[in-house]
Amino acid sequence: MLDWTFITHYAPFFVRGSEMTLFISAFGIILAIAVGLVCAGVEIARIPVLRQIVRVYIELSRNTPLLVQLYFLYFGLPKLGVVWSAEQCAIVGLGFLGGSYMAEAMRGGLETIPNVQRESAYVLGFNTWQTLSRVVIPQAVSTSIPGIVANVIFLIKESSVVSAIALADVMYMAKDLIGMYYSTYESLFMLVVAYLIILLPISLFGTWLERRFDYERR
Amino acid sequence: MNGAEILLQPGVFPRLLQGLWVTVWIAGVSVALSVPVGLIVGWLMTMRNPVIRLLTRVYLDFIRIMPQLALLFIAFYGFARAWNWNLDATGACVFVFVLWGGAELGDLVRGALESISNAQYESAYVLGLGPWQTFTRVILPQALRRLLPASVNLATRIVKTTSLAVLLGVVEVIKVGQQIIDANRFQYPTGTLWIYGVIFFMYFIVCWPLSIVARRLEKRWSHD
Repeated sequence: MLDWTFITHYAPFFVRGSEMTLFISAFGIILAIAVGLVCAGVEIARIPVLRQIVRVYIELSRNTPLLVQLYFLYFGLPKLGVVWSAEQCAIVGLGFLGGSYMAEAMRGGLETIPNVQRESAYVLGFNTWQTLSRVVIPQAVSTSIPGIVANVIFLIKESSVVSAIALADVMYMAKDLIGMYYSTYESLFMLVVAYLIILLPISLFGTWLERRFDYERR
Repeated sequence: MNGAEILLQPGVFPRLLQGLWVTVWIAGVSVALSVPVGLIVGWLMTMRNPVIRLLTRVYLDFIRIMPQLALLFIAFYGFARAWNWNLDATGACVFVFVLWGGAELGDLVRGALESISNAQYESAYVLGLGPWQTFTRVILPQALRRLLPASVNLATRIVKTTSLAVLLGVVEVIKVGQQIIDANRFQYPTGTLWIYGVIFFMYFIVCWPLSIVARRLEKRWSHD
Protein backbone atom coordinates (compact mmCIF):
# COMPACT_ATOMS: atom_id res chain seq x y z
CA MET A 1 0.00 0.00 0.00
CA LEU A 2 2.82 2.41 0.81
CA ASP A 3 5.42 3.32 -1.78
CA TRP A 4 8.64 2.74 0.16
CA THR A 5 11.00 4.18 -2.45
CA PHE A 6 9.04 7.43 -2.21
CA ILE A 7 9.31 7.33 1.58
CA THR A 8 13.06 6.72 1.64
CA HIS A 9 13.52 9.41 -0.96
CA TYR A 10 11.53 12.09 0.85
CA ALA A 11 12.25 11.14 4.46
CA PRO A 12 15.05 13.78 4.61
CA PHE A 13 12.36 16.42 3.93
CA PHE A 14 10.67 15.39 7.12
CA VAL A 15 13.94 15.39 9.03
CA ARG A 16 14.40 19.00 7.98
CA GLY A 17 10.78 19.73 8.81
CA SER A 18 11.26 18.21 12.25
CA GLU A 19 14.30 20.41 12.77
CA MET A 20 12.16 23.46 12.03
CA THR A 21 9.38 22.21 14.33
CA LEU A 22 11.89 21.61 17.14
CA PHE A 23 13.67 24.93 16.55
CA ILE A 24 10.47 26.98 16.70
CA SER A 25 9.08 24.96 19.63
CA ALA A 26 12.30 25.11 21.65
CA PHE A 27 12.59 28.90 21.48
CA GLY A 28 8.83 29.32 21.86
CA ILE A 29 8.86 27.15 24.99
CA ILE A 30 11.83 29.01 26.49
CA LEU A 31 10.04 32.30 25.88
CA ALA A 32 6.80 30.87 27.29
CA ILE A 33 8.56 29.70 30.46
CA ALA A 34 10.22 33.11 30.89
CA VAL A 35 6.90 34.93 30.40
CA GLY A 36 5.19 32.42 32.69
CA LEU A 37 7.76 32.94 35.46
CA VAL A 38 7.38 36.72 35.32
CA CYS A 39 3.58 36.52 35.30
CA ALA A 40 3.41 33.97 38.11
CA GLY A 41 5.86 36.09 40.12
CA VAL A 42 3.74 39.21 39.63
CA GLU A 43 0.60 37.36 40.67
CA ILE A 44 2.15 35.75 43.72
CA ALA A 45 3.78 39.00 44.87
CA ARG A 46 0.43 40.78 44.28
CA ILE A 47 2.06 43.80 42.65
CA PRO A 48 -0.76 46.28 41.92
CA VAL A 49 -1.41 47.45 38.33
CA LEU A 50 1.08 44.89 36.95
CA ARG A 51 -1.16 42.21 38.37
CA GLN A 52 -4.20 43.52 36.48
CA ILE A 53 -2.15 43.71 33.29
CA VAL A 54 -1.06 40.10 33.76
CA ARG A 55 -4.68 39.02 34.31
CA VAL A 56 -5.79 40.74 31.10
CA TYR A 57 -2.88 39.17 29.19
CA ILE A 58 -3.68 35.69 30.53
CA GLU A 59 -7.36 35.96 29.59
CA LEU A 60 -6.54 37.30 26.10
CA SER A 61 -3.94 34.67 25.41
CA ARG A 62 -5.94 31.72 26.72
CA ASN A 63 -9.15 32.59 24.94
CA THR A 64 -7.89 33.17 21.40
CA PRO A 65 -6.47 30.66 18.91
CA LEU A 66 -2.77 30.62 18.01
CA LEU A 67 -3.57 30.88 14.31
CA VAL A 68 -5.29 34.25 14.75
CA GLN A 69 -2.45 35.45 16.99
CA LEU A 70 0.05 34.45 14.30
CA TYR A 71 -1.90 36.10 11.48
CA PHE A 72 -2.10 39.27 13.55
CA LEU A 73 1.65 39.23 14.22
CA TYR A 74 2.65 38.25 10.70
CA PHE A 75 0.18 40.22 8.54
CA GLY A 76 -1.19 42.85 10.92
CA LEU A 77 1.82 44.23 12.78
CA PRO A 78 3.82 45.23 9.65
CA LYS A 79 1.10 47.87 9.10
CA LEU A 80 2.28 49.46 12.35
CA GLY A 81 5.86 49.34 11.10
CA VAL A 82 6.80 46.23 13.10
CA VAL A 83 8.15 43.79 10.53
CA TRP A 84 9.20 40.43 11.91
CA SER A 85 10.35 37.36 10.03
CA ALA A 86 8.10 34.30 10.01
CA GLU A 87 10.42 32.60 12.52
CA GLN A 88 10.25 35.55 14.91
CA CYS A 89 6.46 35.70 14.60
CA ALA A 90 6.15 31.98 15.28
CA ILE A 91 8.39 32.14 18.37
CA VAL A 92 6.69 35.25 19.74
CA GLY A 93 3.29 33.72 18.99
CA LEU A 94 4.12 30.49 20.83
CA GLY A 95 5.60 32.53 23.70
CA PHE A 96 2.47 34.70 23.88
CA LEU A 97 0.17 31.68 23.88
CA GLY A 98 2.31 29.48 26.13
CA GLY A 99 3.21 32.21 28.64
CA SER A 100 -0.27 32.23 30.12
CA TYR A 101 -0.47 28.44 30.31
CA MET A 102 2.95 28.29 31.99
CA ALA A 103 1.98 31.08 34.41
CA GLU A 104 -1.17 29.20 35.44
CA ALA A 105 0.77 25.96 35.96
CA MET A 106 3.45 27.67 38.09
CA ARG A 107 0.96 29.73 40.10
CA GLY A 108 -1.09 26.59 40.69
CA GLY A 109 2.06 24.88 41.99
CA LEU A 110 2.92 27.71 44.36
CA GLU A 111 -0.62 28.02 45.67
CA THR A 112 -0.82 24.39 46.71
CA ILE A 113 1.88 24.98 49.33
CA PRO A 114 -0.05 25.47 52.59
CA ASN A 115 0.85 28.42 54.81
CA VAL A 116 1.80 25.97 57.56
CA GLN A 117 4.96 25.26 55.59
CA ARG A 118 6.02 28.90 55.61
CA GLU A 119 5.11 29.29 59.27
CA SER A 120 7.03 26.16 60.25
CA ALA A 121 10.08 27.40 58.37
CA TYR A 122 9.77 30.73 60.19
CA VAL A 123 9.52 28.99 63.55
CA LEU A 124 12.59 26.92 62.69
CA GLY A 125 14.49 30.19 62.19
CA PHE A 126 14.70 30.21 58.37
CA ASN A 127 14.90 33.63 56.78
CA THR A 128 12.76 34.60 53.77
CA TRP A 129 15.29 33.46 51.17
CA GLN A 130 15.92 30.13 52.93
CA THR A 131 12.18 29.55 53.28
CA LEU A 132 11.71 30.14 49.56
CA SER A 133 14.70 28.16 48.31
CA ARG A 134 14.61 25.25 50.77
CA VAL A 135 10.93 24.83 51.56
CA VAL A 136 8.53 26.52 49.14
CA ILE A 137 10.18 26.26 45.71
CA PRO A 138 11.21 22.57 45.89
CA GLN A 139 7.62 21.64 46.73
CA ALA A 140 6.16 24.05 44.19
CA VAL A 141 8.39 22.61 41.46
CA SER A 142 7.21 19.09 42.16
CA THR A 143 3.55 20.10 42.02
CA SER A 144 3.86 22.25 38.90
CA ILE A 145 5.97 19.84 36.83
CA PRO A 146 3.07 17.77 35.46
CA GLY A 147 1.39 20.97 34.27
CA ILE A 148 4.57 22.36 32.74
CA VAL A 149 5.33 19.12 30.88
CA ALA A 150 1.75 19.01 29.57
CA ASN A 151 2.20 22.58 28.34
CA VAL A 152 5.48 21.72 26.61
CA ILE A 153 3.77 18.92 24.68
CA PHE A 154 0.81 21.20 23.98
CA LEU A 155 3.11 23.89 22.55
CA ILE A 156 4.98 21.46 20.30
CA LYS A 157 1.63 20.28 18.97
CA GLU A 158 0.43 23.86 18.52
CA SER A 159 3.61 24.66 16.57
CA SER A 160 2.08 22.70 13.66
CA VAL A 161 0.10 25.87 12.96
CA VAL A 162 3.23 27.82 11.94
CA SER A 163 3.03 26.10 8.55
CA ALA A 164 0.25 28.62 7.89
CA ILE A 165 2.77 31.47 7.82
CA ALA A 166 5.00 29.57 5.39
CA LEU A 167 7.49 28.04 7.80
CA ALA A 168 8.72 24.69 6.47
CA ASP A 169 7.88 22.50 9.47
CA VAL A 170 6.67 18.88 9.43
CA MET A 171 3.10 19.89 8.63
CA TYR A 172 4.24 22.06 5.74
CA MET A 173 6.26 19.21 4.21
CA ALA A 174 3.29 16.86 4.32
CA LYS A 175 1.03 19.44 2.70
CA ASP A 176 3.63 20.18 0.05
CA LEU A 177 4.23 16.55 -0.89
CA ILE A 178 0.50 15.80 -1.04
CA GLY A 179 0.04 18.79 -3.31
CA MET A 180 2.98 18.05 -5.58
CA TYR A 181 2.89 14.27 -5.97
CA TYR A 182 -0.57 13.26 -4.74
CA SER A 183 1.32 10.95 -2.38
CA THR A 184 -1.35 11.18 0.30
CA TYR A 185 -0.67 7.95 2.18
CA GLU A 186 3.11 8.21 2.20
CA SER A 187 3.11 11.86 3.28
CA LEU A 188 0.54 11.34 6.03
CA PHE A 189 2.43 8.25 7.20
CA MET A 190 5.68 10.21 7.46
CA LEU A 191 3.82 13.07 9.15
CA VAL A 192 2.46 10.75 11.85
CA VAL A 193 5.82 9.02 12.31
CA ALA A 194 7.64 12.37 12.58
CA TYR A 195 5.29 13.64 15.28
CA LEU A 196 5.46 10.33 17.14
CA ILE A 197 9.28 10.45 17.09
CA ILE A 198 9.25 14.01 18.40
CA LEU A 199 6.47 13.72 20.98
CA LEU A 200 6.65 10.17 22.37
CA PRO A 201 10.10 10.55 24.01
CA ILE A 202 9.08 13.92 25.50
CA SER A 203 5.89 12.42 26.83
CA LEU A 204 7.79 9.49 28.38
CA PHE A 205 10.46 11.85 29.76
CA GLY A 206 7.67 13.89 31.32
CA THR A 207 6.27 10.85 33.11
CA TRP A 208 9.76 10.01 34.37
CA LEU A 209 10.31 13.62 35.51
CA GLU A 210 7.00 13.62 37.39
CA ARG A 211 8.08 10.53 39.30
CA ARG A 212 11.55 11.90 39.90
CA PHE A 213 10.18 15.06 41.53
CA ASP A 214 7.35 13.40 43.40
CA TYR A 215 9.04 13.70 46.81
CA GLU A 216 5.91 12.76 48.71
CA ARG A 217 5.40 9.37 47.20
CA ARG A 218 9.04 8.42 46.80
CA MET B 1 -3.27 54.16 12.80
CA ASN B 2 -5.94 55.23 10.30
CA GLY B 3 -7.64 52.61 8.25
CA ALA B 4 -10.09 51.61 10.93
CA GLU B 5 -12.86 52.98 8.69
CA ILE B 6 -12.66 49.69 6.83
CA LEU B 7 -14.70 48.22 9.65
CA LEU B 8 -17.49 50.74 9.00
CA GLN B 9 -17.74 49.92 5.30
CA PRO B 10 -21.16 48.55 4.42
CA GLY B 11 -21.20 44.79 4.66
CA VAL B 12 -17.86 44.33 6.39
CA PHE B 13 -19.08 43.73 9.90
CA PRO B 14 -22.17 41.69 8.97
CA ARG B 15 -19.99 39.46 6.79
CA LEU B 16 -17.51 38.92 9.61
CA LEU B 17 -20.41 38.01 11.89
CA GLN B 18 -21.65 35.52 9.28
CA GLY B 19 -18.17 34.01 9.25
CA LEU B 20 -18.18 33.86 13.03
CA TRP B 21 -21.51 32.05 12.86
CA VAL B 22 -19.90 29.33 10.69
CA THR B 23 -17.12 29.00 13.28
CA VAL B 24 -19.59 28.78 16.15
CA TRP B 25 -21.77 26.35 14.20
CA ILE B 26 -18.88 23.93 13.56
CA ALA B 27 -17.80 24.15 17.20
CA GLY B 28 -21.38 23.79 18.49
CA VAL B 29 -22.20 20.74 16.36
CA SER B 30 -18.85 19.16 17.30
CA VAL B 31 -19.42 19.70 21.02
CA ALA B 32 -23.00 18.41 20.81
CA LEU B 33 -21.89 15.23 18.99
CA SER B 34 -18.88 14.79 21.29
CA VAL B 35 -21.14 14.34 24.31
CA PRO B 36 -22.72 11.00 23.31
CA VAL B 37 -19.40 9.77 21.84
CA GLY B 38 -17.60 10.77 25.04
CA LEU B 39 -20.17 9.03 27.24
CA ILE B 40 -19.84 5.81 25.25
CA VAL B 41 -16.01 5.98 25.17
CA GLY B 42 -15.90 6.74 28.90
CA TRP B 43 -18.18 3.84 29.64
CA LEU B 44 -16.07 1.53 27.44
CA MET B 45 -12.94 2.68 29.28
CA THR B 46 -14.27 1.55 32.65
CA MET B 47 -14.81 -1.99 31.32
CA ARG B 48 -12.68 -4.85 32.49
CA ASN B 49 -12.29 -6.44 29.04
CA PRO B 50 -8.55 -6.16 28.17
CA VAL B 51 -9.14 -5.85 24.39
CA ILE B 52 -11.57 -2.94 24.83
CA ARG B 53 -9.21 -1.35 27.35
CA LEU B 54 -6.27 -1.58 24.94
CA LEU B 55 -8.27 -0.25 21.98
CA THR B 56 -9.65 2.75 23.89
CA ARG B 57 -6.17 3.42 25.33
CA VAL B 58 -4.55 3.45 21.87
CA TYR B 59 -7.38 5.61 20.51
CA LEU B 60 -7.05 8.16 23.32
CA ASP B 61 -3.24 8.28 23.24
CA PHE B 62 -3.08 8.62 19.46
CA ILE B 63 -5.62 11.46 19.43
CA ARG B 64 -3.81 13.17 22.30
CA ILE B 65 -0.30 12.98 20.86
CA MET B 66 -1.17 14.14 17.31
CA PRO B 67 -1.57 17.85 16.61
CA GLN B 68 -5.16 18.65 15.68
CA LEU B 69 -3.98 20.03 12.36
CA ALA B 70 -2.36 16.67 11.55
CA LEU B 71 -5.61 14.89 12.43
CA LEU B 72 -7.51 17.25 10.15
CA PHE B 73 -5.11 16.46 7.30
CA ILE B 74 -5.45 12.73 7.90
CA ALA B 75 -9.23 12.96 7.79
CA PHE B 76 -9.47 15.42 4.92
CA TYR B 77 -6.84 13.96 2.59
CA GLY B 78 -6.27 10.43 3.85
CA PHE B 79 -9.72 9.10 4.73
CA ALA B 80 -11.36 10.77 1.77
CA ARG B 81 -9.00 8.93 -0.56
CA ALA B 82 -8.88 5.64 1.30
CA TRP B 83 -12.63 5.08 1.49
CA ASN B 84 -13.72 7.32 -1.34
CA TRP B 85 -15.60 9.56 1.05
CA ASN B 86 -16.94 12.71 -0.45
CA LEU B 87 -16.09 14.52 2.77
CA ASP B 88 -16.09 18.30 2.44
CA ALA B 89 -13.84 20.48 4.59
CA THR B 90 -16.59 21.31 7.09
CA GLY B 91 -17.45 17.63 7.41
CA ALA B 92 -13.79 16.72 7.96
CA CYS B 93 -13.56 19.36 10.71
CA VAL B 94 -16.67 18.15 12.52
CA PHE B 95 -15.51 14.53 12.14
CA VAL B 96 -12.07 15.26 13.65
CA PHE B 97 -13.40 17.47 16.43
CA VAL B 98 -15.92 14.81 17.42
CA LEU B 99 -13.21 12.12 17.45
CA TRP B 100 -10.98 14.41 19.51
CA GLY B 101 -13.70 15.80 21.79
CA GLY B 102 -15.11 12.30 22.26
CA ALA B 103 -11.71 10.96 23.32
CA GLU B 104 -11.00 13.79 25.75
CA LEU B 105 -14.53 13.73 27.15
CA GLY B 106 -14.37 9.95 27.39
CA ASP B 107 -11.32 10.23 29.59
CA LEU B 108 -13.12 12.77 31.79
CA VAL B 109 -16.17 10.51 32.03
CA ARG B 110 -13.94 7.59 32.97
CA GLY B 111 -12.25 9.66 35.68
CA ALA B 112 -15.58 10.86 37.04
CA LEU B 113 -17.10 7.38 37.08
CA GLU B 114 -14.04 5.82 38.71
CA SER B 115 -13.84 8.52 41.37
CA ILE B 116 -17.20 7.45 42.77
CA SER B 117 -16.58 4.95 45.50
CA ASN B 118 -18.18 1.53 45.60
CA ALA B 119 -19.86 2.48 48.86
CA GLN B 120 -22.18 4.74 46.86
CA TYR B 121 -23.39 1.82 44.73
CA GLU B 122 -23.72 -0.42 47.76
CA SER B 123 -25.62 2.17 49.81
CA ALA B 124 -28.00 2.73 46.90
CA TYR B 125 -28.52 -1.02 46.66
CA VAL B 126 -29.20 -1.28 50.39
CA LEU B 127 -31.71 1.56 50.14
CA GLY B 128 -33.54 -0.53 47.55
CA LEU B 129 -32.78 1.58 44.47
CA GLY B 130 -32.77 -0.18 41.12
CA PRO B 131 -29.77 0.06 38.77
CA TRP B 132 -31.38 2.83 36.70
CA GLN B 133 -32.36 4.80 39.81
CA THR B 134 -28.87 4.32 41.25
CA PHE B 135 -27.36 5.71 38.07
CA THR B 136 -29.69 8.70 37.63
CA ARG B 137 -30.16 9.65 41.29
CA VAL B 138 -26.84 8.80 42.90
CA ILE B 139 -24.01 8.35 40.40
CA LEU B 140 -24.89 10.87 37.68
CA PRO B 141 -25.33 13.94 39.93
CA GLN B 142 -21.95 13.30 41.54
CA ALA B 143 -20.20 12.47 38.27
CA LEU B 144 -21.61 15.59 36.58
CA ARG B 145 -20.09 17.87 39.19
CA ARG B 146 -16.67 16.44 38.48
CA LEU B 147 -17.29 16.42 34.75
CA LEU B 148 -18.87 19.74 33.91
CA PRO B 149 -16.09 22.30 34.58
CA ALA B 150 -13.56 20.33 32.51
CA SER B 151 -16.11 19.77 29.75
CA VAL B 152 -16.79 23.50 29.45
CA ASN B 153 -13.03 24.03 29.17
CA LEU B 154 -12.93 21.40 26.44
CA ALA B 155 -15.67 23.30 24.59
CA THR B 156 -13.49 26.43 24.73
CA ARG B 157 -10.60 24.47 23.25
CA ILE B 158 -12.83 23.14 20.46
CA VAL B 159 -13.95 26.69 19.60
CA LYS B 160 -10.32 27.82 19.43
CA THR B 161 -9.30 24.83 17.32
CA THR B 162 -12.11 25.60 14.87
CA SER B 163 -9.79 28.34 13.58
CA LEU B 164 -7.79 25.58 11.84
CA ALA B 165 -10.77 24.99 9.54
CA VAL B 166 -9.56 27.87 7.39
CA LEU B 167 -6.46 25.84 6.48
CA LEU B 168 -8.70 23.20 4.89
CA GLY B 169 -10.58 25.88 2.97
CA VAL B 170 -13.73 26.34 5.06
CA VAL B 171 -15.12 29.84 4.59
CA GLU B 172 -15.33 30.83 8.24
CA VAL B 173 -14.50 34.04 10.06
CA ILE B 174 -10.76 34.09 9.20
CA LYS B 175 -11.37 33.32 5.51
CA VAL B 176 -14.05 36.03 5.34
CA GLY B 177 -11.55 38.40 6.94
CA GLN B 178 -8.94 37.53 4.32
CA GLN B 179 -11.45 38.11 1.53
CA ILE B 180 -12.31 41.54 2.94
CA ILE B 181 -8.63 42.39 3.30
CA ASP B 182 -7.88 41.34 -0.27
CA ALA B 183 -10.88 43.19 -1.72
CA ASN B 184 -9.84 46.42 0.03
CA ARG B 185 -6.10 46.09 -0.39
CA PHE B 186 -5.69 49.37 -2.31
CA GLN B 187 -8.40 51.38 -0.60
CA TYR B 188 -7.41 50.46 2.95
CA PRO B 189 -3.82 49.21 3.00
CA THR B 190 -3.77 48.98 6.80
CA GLY B 191 -7.05 47.06 6.91
CA THR B 192 -5.14 43.84 7.72
CA LEU B 193 -4.36 45.07 11.19
CA TRP B 194 -7.96 45.99 11.97
CA ILE B 195 -9.61 42.95 10.47
CA TYR B 196 -7.31 40.50 12.25
CA GLY B 197 -7.67 42.56 15.41
CA VAL B 198 -11.46 42.28 15.22
CA ILE B 199 -11.27 38.53 14.55
CA PHE B 200 -8.97 38.17 17.56
CA PHE B 201 -11.56 39.84 19.77
CA MET B 202 -14.43 37.91 18.21
CA TYR B 203 -12.80 34.66 19.30
CA PHE B 204 -12.16 36.20 22.69
CA ILE B 205 -15.81 37.23 23.11
CA VAL B 206 -16.95 33.69 22.29
CA CYS B 207 -14.40 31.88 24.48
CA TRP B 208 -14.09 34.15 27.48
CA PRO B 209 -17.62 33.62 28.88
CA LEU B 210 -17.08 29.86 28.58
CA SER B 211 -13.84 30.13 30.57
CA ILE B 212 -15.61 32.17 33.24
CA VAL B 213 -18.43 29.63 33.49
CA ALA B 214 -15.89 26.80 33.81
CA ARG B 215 -14.04 28.63 36.59
CA ARG B 216 -17.26 29.41 38.49
CA LEU B 217 -18.43 25.80 38.31
CA GLU B 218 -15.03 24.60 39.46
CA LYS B 219 -15.06 26.94 42.46
CA ARG B 220 -18.63 26.20 43.44
CA TRP B 221 -18.28 22.44 43.31
CA SER B 222 -14.76 22.03 44.60
CA HIS B 223 -15.95 22.22 48.21
CA ASP B 224 -18.19 19.20 48.37
